Amino acid sequence: MSLVELSHVVKRFGANTVLDDVSLEVAPGEIIAVIGRSGSGKSTMLRCINGLEPIQDGRILFDGVVVNDPQTDLRALRQRVGIVFQSYNLFPHLSVEKNITLAPRVVKLMPETEARELAREVLRKVGLEEKIGAYPDELSGGQQQRVAIARSLAMRPQLMLFDEITSALDPELTGEVLKVLEAMAGEGMTMLLVTHEIGFAKRVASRVVFMHHGKIWEEGRAAETLSAPRSQELETFLNAVLH
Amino acid sequence: MIREFGFIDLLYLLGAARWTVALSAVAFIGGGLVGLLVALMRVAPFAPVRWLAMLYVQAIQGTPLLAWLFLFYFGLPLVGLVVNPWIAAATAFAIYAGAFFGEIWRGAVAAIPRTQWEAGSSLGLGFLDQLRYIIVPQAIRIAIPPTVGFLVQLIKNTSLAAAIGFVELTREAQITNASTFRPMTVFVIVAAIYFAMCFPLTQWSRYLERRLHVAR
Amino acid sequence: MGDDLGYRFNFRDVFAQREFLLEGLLLTLQLSFLAMALGLLVGVTCAALRLYGPRPVRALVATYVEVIRNTPLLVQLFLVFFGLPSLGIRLDATTASIIALTVNLGAYATEIVRAGLEAIPRAQIEAGVSLGLSRLQVFRYVVLMPALKVMYPALASQFILLMLATSIVSQISAPDLFHTASIIQSRTFRDFEVYIVVAALYLALALAFRVAFAGLYQLAFARR
Repeated sequence: MSLVELSHVVKRFGANTVLDDVSLEVAPGEIIAVIGRSGSGKSTMLRCINGLEPIQDGRILFDGVVVNDPQTDLRALRQRVGIVFQSYNLFPHLSVEKNITLAPRVVKLMPETEARELAREVLRKVGLEEKIGAYPDELSGGQQQRVAIARSLAMRPQLMLFDEITSALDPELTGEVLKVLEAMAGEGMTMLLVTHEIGFAKRVASRVVFMHHGKIWEEGRAAETLSAPRSQELETFLNAVLH
Repeated sequence: MIREFGFIDLLYLLGAARWTVALSAVAFIGGGLVGLLVALMRVAPFAPVRWLAMLYVQAIQGTPLLAWLFLFYFGLPLVGLVVNPWIAAATAFAIYAGAFFGEIWRGAVAAIPRTQWEAGSSLGLGFLDQLRYIIVPQAIRIAIPPTVGFLVQLIKNTSLAAAIGFVELTREAQITNASTFRPMTVFVIVAAIYFAMCFPLTQWSRYLERRLHVAR
Repeated sequence: MGDDLGYRFNFRDVFAQREFLLEGLLLTLQLSFLAMALGLLVGVTCAALRLYGPRPVRALVATYVEVIRNTPLLVQLFLVFFGLPSLGIRLDATTASIIALTVNLGAYATEIVRAGLEAIPRAQIEAGVSLGLSRLQVFRYVVLMPALKVMYPALASQFILLMLATSIVSQISAPDLFHTASIIQSRTFRDFEVYIVVAALYLALALAFRVAFAGLYQLAFARR
């Protein structure tokens, strides 16, 4: 059974149709790279999956739960879906440790000591265990992004969403973040990444989804589709990105 | 002798509003002149001059306006000046507003990046010329919204002149209340008159603020 | 009153009344603290209503704020002290002062608190809810402290302005510091000296408040 299922999803911002009859299925363990021009609807699609954006038509299922149903408890759902943003969104007034332990403590009511151990564990995974007492403004962009990933991992989600998480980073800092993503993929996490890193997508993703004008224009096995695009639009896009 | 509140009282109140406007205007001009001096002193290249201006501003901003009104009303006669509420009020407001205008305008000048000054000095312009041709024209745009905002404060503050017997709108209200004993009616009308004067200016200040940010 | 430059300043008579001055100072401080506390409460409540309440409530709060901010405090004070009795509510000068000062500060505090809350980027709130926090939890753990830090300086200056503005209550004969000045003046005929001393006292208070607020900021927001 698929973990995420979008059926004929339509999303509008005012008069602007951002998602135009989008259907997608994500099986557990898949690594899906979502690529396309800005404005093609990629980030919006991601944000609809955990309910940050409402949809006007269609249905989104996460592990059998209807996301766009007003009766759905989005809080419970969001504990199982992690999302990492382009601008990291760490809480500036809290230390790295407190950033990570906040949700486990107040949502899952985890005791303090257990939460601290959890924080160490996820920080070890992203290679930043020694920064546990630091504050976000003392960290580089790449470090902050890795802490953001750790923060989401601490809730032990079934699905991780990544919204262009390397786009705001200096080029030399993207490598450390991509390494963390590769490790996560290797451990079997289901991941949906909106990204511009085509090389990374070829290497690590199992499937690629190319979005254009709010529709899924082309999709297929990552390595094949990116080396030999079938549609003109994807070819043009790849040429523009890989100059 | 109590009488009914009538249309004539409304006319008296509106008439007194003239003096509110007049005093506000005098305060604005007088305060503006003092403020200009203070702002110039605050950016002068001589430390003692800057310090003097800063002390002045700190002193004014740390004391009530009422104190200055009373000080000038009772104090000026001591140095031989014949004083009436007009002179006392005008002087007190000029001193008071000057400190605040000085701060606002200094802030506007400080908002101009250092690079503008450097551009001027590298063209060979002296301090005053830099101010005059490069800095001030840019600073004025930034200074207008808060200046208009403070004008609103001034108009409201003129009500305090009533305390030294200056017959502006609030004093007239007290007088009217004393003879008609309709405090709700009188003071609500007076509040409405102040609102009619202040609210348009407040809105204008907000509009100017928005336009400024759009332009930058 | 002297009428030439040969006026001799005599502060001794004023200082002889210092107990009286202290009583007035005490009331000024009490009025200030009470109005600060109550005014802040009004401000926080109204800011929350203004941001999250239903449309008619939001309009009501906006009207309250605009009316207060565009009319003089003195007129508001007169309305409370002289106007309310005609509706059957009789108040003594001190109570009327507290009410007028609270209502006045409340309007300014509402705007300051609102600006502080709006300064928190929406992205922070999204990050919070995406982790599974409830709206209330997001407010408490993600929004509150940073918002307080943002609004602190404006709030502190408004409080100092309030303390200075309490001098207005002298106009309805509430026995604050400024009012005792006029009483001492009538007793000693030392007009000038009285008001110099009183102005100096206010200045000292303002400086003390500024130092206290700066210290409080360090305590509350400095990193541990």
